[in-house]
Amino acid sequence: MRTVIRGLGELCITGGLVLLLFVTYELWGTGRYTQQQQDALGQEMIKEWKAPKVTTEKVKLGKGLAMIRIPRFGPKYRFVVIEGVELADLRKGPGHYPGSALPGQVGNFVVSGHRTTYSAPFNRAGELRRGDKILIDTREKQYVYQVTDRRVVRPSTVEVTAPVPFKPRARPTERLITLTTCHPKYSAAQRLIIFGELTGELPRAAAPASGK
Amino acid sequence: MYAWLWRVLPGGWPLKAVLALVLAAALAAVLWYLVFPWLEPKVQFDHGVVNGTPSAPSSPG
Repeated sequence: MRTVIRGLGELCITGGLVLLLFVTYELWGTGRYTQQQQDALGQEMIKEWKAPKVTTEKVKLGKGLAMIRIPRFGPKYRFVVIEGVELADLRKGPGHYPGSALPGQVGNFVVSGHRTTYSAPFNRAGELRRGDKILIDTREKQYVYQVTDRRVVRPSTVEVTAPVPFKPRARPTERLITLTTCHPKYSAAQRLIIFGELTGELPRAAAPASGK
Repeated sequence: MYAWLWRVLPGGWPLKAVLALVLAAALAAVLWYLVFPWLEPKVQFDHGVVNGTPSAPSSPG
């Protein structure tokens, strides 16, 4: 009897340690993976940007599309936006919904990202206020978007990704950006949506260093 | 369980201790590199995508 109880106790302690290790993996280990991928994809993208432009350029799924920077999150905040929003894409960094507008285009440039795991690119998305800048670097231009609105919606609210958010049928005339991430933190119950609109564009060379 | 493990490990206590540490490290490595990556997508609590499926907006300009 005693051995059984002791065995059970030891099992519980072991299970607890394994759980602790798993939480460490989720919150920190996954971030290391993202960081590696970000470094590799970022270098690849910068190299491609330096190379002469191919006329039929289209970013492949899982590859770097643009660089996102948000001054409110500090000068070091910078992520390569991946083309695609599959699980595997979002592990590498924030992902652009294929089919939604490209940076600077008329329509809606929709980017989704993790909030707590995999380097948590949109961890602080809830801190964004109206007027905050979201900078998107592409091969030639830096697009400056400014936050216009913030919403918490149900996970099924695909209308936010429409060219005109909430009006799936409408014809887009504005150049918008939409960031989606999970809400509340550590949960998948809702989605936090940040809306923004294009307010300016600069040649990328003149934009503050966008290295890496 | 642990008492039994300690008993079956060979050698004096220093060797036992080293072996126990190696075993623990090996177990942790298996969990970290094999089990957790497999488990992670199954318990994912951090979904950022609306509806999981991207909508196909009517061709933006």
